[in-house]
Amino acid sequence: MTAPALECDHLTRIAPGEIPARPLVQNVQFQLERGQVLAILGPSGAGKTTLLRMLNRLDEPTSGTVRLNGQDYRPMPPQELRRHVGMGMQRAYLFPGNVASNIQYGPTQCGAPLEAAQIEALLEQVGLPDYASRDVRTLSGGESQRVAIARALANNPEVLLLDEPTSALDDVAKQSIERLLSSVVHARHLTCVWVTHDHAQARRVADRVLLLEAGQTIALGSPEELLRA
Amino acid sequence: MLRLLFHTELSLGLAQATVVAVTATLVAILASRRGAHLQREIPLALLRGLVQILLIGFVLAVLLRGPWWTAIPLLAGMVLMAASIVRTRARAIPETYTLSLICLAAGAGVVITLMTLIGIIAPEIKMLVPVGSMVIAQNMNIQSLFLNRFLGELRSHTGEIESALALGASADTAVAPYLRSAFHASLIPATDNLRSLGIVWIPGIMAGMVLSGSSPVYAALYQFVVLGMIFTAGGISCLTATYLVPRRVFTRNQQLRIRG
Repeated sequence: MTAPALECDHLTRIAPGEIPARPLVQNVQFQLERGQVLAILGPSGAGKTTLLRMLNRLDEPTSGTVRLNGQDYRPMPPQELRRHVGMGMQRAYLFPGNVASNIQYGPTQCGAPLEAAQIEALLEQVGLPDYASRDVRTLSGGESQRVAIARALANNPEVLLLDEPTSALDDVAKQSIERLLSSVVHARHLTCVWVTHDHAQARRVADRVLLLEAGQTIALGSPEELLRA
Repeated sequence: MLRLLFHTELSLGLAQATVVAVTATLVAILASRRGAHLQREIPLALLRGLVQILLIGFVLAVLLRGPWWTAIPLLAGMVLMAASIVRTRARAIPETYTLSLICLAAGAGVVITLMTLIGIIAPEIKMLVPVGSMVIAQNMNIQSLFLNRFLGELRSHTGEIESALALGASADTAVAPYLRSAFHASLIPATDNLRSLGIVWIPGIMAGMVLSGSSPVYAALYQFVVLGMIFTAGGISCLTATYLVPRRVFTRNQQLRIRG
């Protein structure tokens, strides 16, 4: 039997430096097979983003751990871990320069810059052909988010974490980015954890749903079971 | 006008200090009406500055008669005080006092020692203390600007820094553009001082040397030397900070401790 692609084992995070101790996430666990999409739903302050940030170790768990293909992530160097676990944020946060330099950012960090053709292929995948030399200041919100997705994919991750990637976009851009992400995740067979507050979006994109409230798991199951229209 | 009213040097000096303090306080009150809340900070800083400079005047009066080495504990004390003042500008950075102390020692400390050994600063207390204190004070300003600016950059670019980390960048790489920006900004006043030397301002040390009988050309050259020392000390301390700061703002696992 093969190990799950991503396993979250009793993850807990206590707010640092606060007395009395305030748990942000408590004892959360789930397992995802390769290619599965988990939507994390919950009200503001439920701990969705904190849970996501613990998965690529941008935040440190107080207890518990994460396993990638059965391997505990704690002994892994954080830089290596983050190349395997890509992340898309609410905003694109592009670096100054052109689109190509943003896409090159991750591969350059591990000393393996991409060829121009590889950059172009990534841009075509996110629907921005011939954008490589465009200055990022000239991009719209939706285009910036597409570049951020291509930038995360440039590292060729096995897991993709998405923190409300469509919440800062207008309705038209929101739908097209959601479609793009779904197609990329399925085409690359990525294991994906997608934080959203939109139940309809969770129904459309997810294979499984985790409902979080006050840092605790309320329910974990299929969208059909948990999110009846 | 004051000279007609006050006939002793001490009473004239106190009257001059009072007039300047009242004027600065009025400016602070006016500024507070425009939303800059300086009405408490400025009078306190003025009072503190006055008391400190008077005390150092008395201390110098005693020390200037002593052997040259008495300058060492005096300058070391100044570095310790400067580090505690720098700390107040960037308290959010962990262990700021130690960080500032190391950076000031690496900047002002090394420059003063080296310049004394070479013979640019005469090993006499009347030279070591005023010139050394000038280098330390300006180094303190540069260091405060650096840390304050860096903290601002860190808070306003948290998203970019964490995006870089999420893409597999090291903490040093993720924060490098903001260290560069802080480094550049902190040296602007020292650079501008060098650029405007003799055109926009004639600094105090040169005026003092001319008044005490030195040749104006030598006084001018020496003023340039002092500004060069200030720039060098500031540059070294900020360079040192660029190596030490990332270890304090990131955890061992390359997680950002300070977020916007």
